[in-house]
Amino acid sequence: MRIGVITFPGSLDDVDAARAVRLAGGEPVALWHADHDLRGVDAVVLPGGFSYGDYLRAGAIAARSPLMQDVVAAANGGLPVLGICNGFQVLCEAGLLPGALTRNSHLHFRNRDQVLAVERADTAWTQDYETGQRIVIPVKNGEGRYVAADADLDRLEGEGRVVFRYEGGNPNGSSRDIAGVTSENGRVVGLMPHPEHAIEDLTGPSTDGLGFFTSVLKAVVNA
Amino acid sequence: MSRVVVDVVLKPEISDPQGQAVLGALGRLGHDSIRSVRQGKHFVLEVDGTPDEAELKQIAETLLANPVIEDVELHLGA
Repeated sequence: MRIGVITFPGSLDDVDAARAVRLAGGEPVALWHADHDLRGVDAVVLPGGFSYGDYLRAGAIAARSPLMQDVVAAANGGLPVLGICNGFQVLCEAGLLPGALTRNSHLHFRNRDQVLAVERADTAWTQDYETGQRIVIPVKNGEGRYVAADADLDRLEGEGRVVFRYEGGNPNGSSRDIAGVTSENGRVVGLMPHPEHAIEDLTGPSTDGLGFFTSVLKAVVNA
Repeated sequence: MSRVVVDVVLKPEISDPQGQAVLGALGRLGHDSIRSVRQGKHFVLEVDGTPDEAELKQIAETLLANPVIEDVELHLGA
């Protein structure tokens, strides 16, 4: 199973994401933002970081990169895509996920271990979890406040497209405690917290994040 | 060559913590008459020939601003 990890100028967590793919049993494939080549991967991860230094808006310029045109086309065809932190911002800017990520309401960069409630355990990236399960993974962002128009938030909740909500405190002021959302077909998922930093006891607060990367391996087999 | 100015501001319903922080600083400096601050972005584009309004509108609405959270004002011949 070949899982692509895109590196943009300013990506930070691409190596961690590739390591998570490998520990889950997949083969990580390095993808470069400026290529028009998905290298035949079965799924794609957009990692955390500060692509283009967050210039213009976080994720805005990366979302217009050459490779993202291929990612958008492939995602619309059912390719599983996961956006973590800056990757989530890129997916929203690219129009693959609804809403936008804005400056944290308290203006501080927030870095801590975060409890999330899993609301959707049937997406391509969450099927190894159970609905209602609580997981602990790190959150670290300065522009992680999820916003959308109230009518759009109502629609998202009505369609069951909220995948994760913050528990035990909202780290950034996100509307309705939303930490992650999915596309209509459940193949594209974006979230601000970092599952790739919670895959080994030595370095993470838990190994709860590994389930993202084992889930997608099954989703690809069953597609 | 002509100049085109694009102003981008957060939609009124989107809270602006940076603007609120500026407002707080103004209060501490004694500027008690300032009621509200909204922070935005100001782009100055230099364009060859006569600006194509439709093209500039598209640039403003699809790249310079994110229509989910921001409103945009285009000023041709600025």
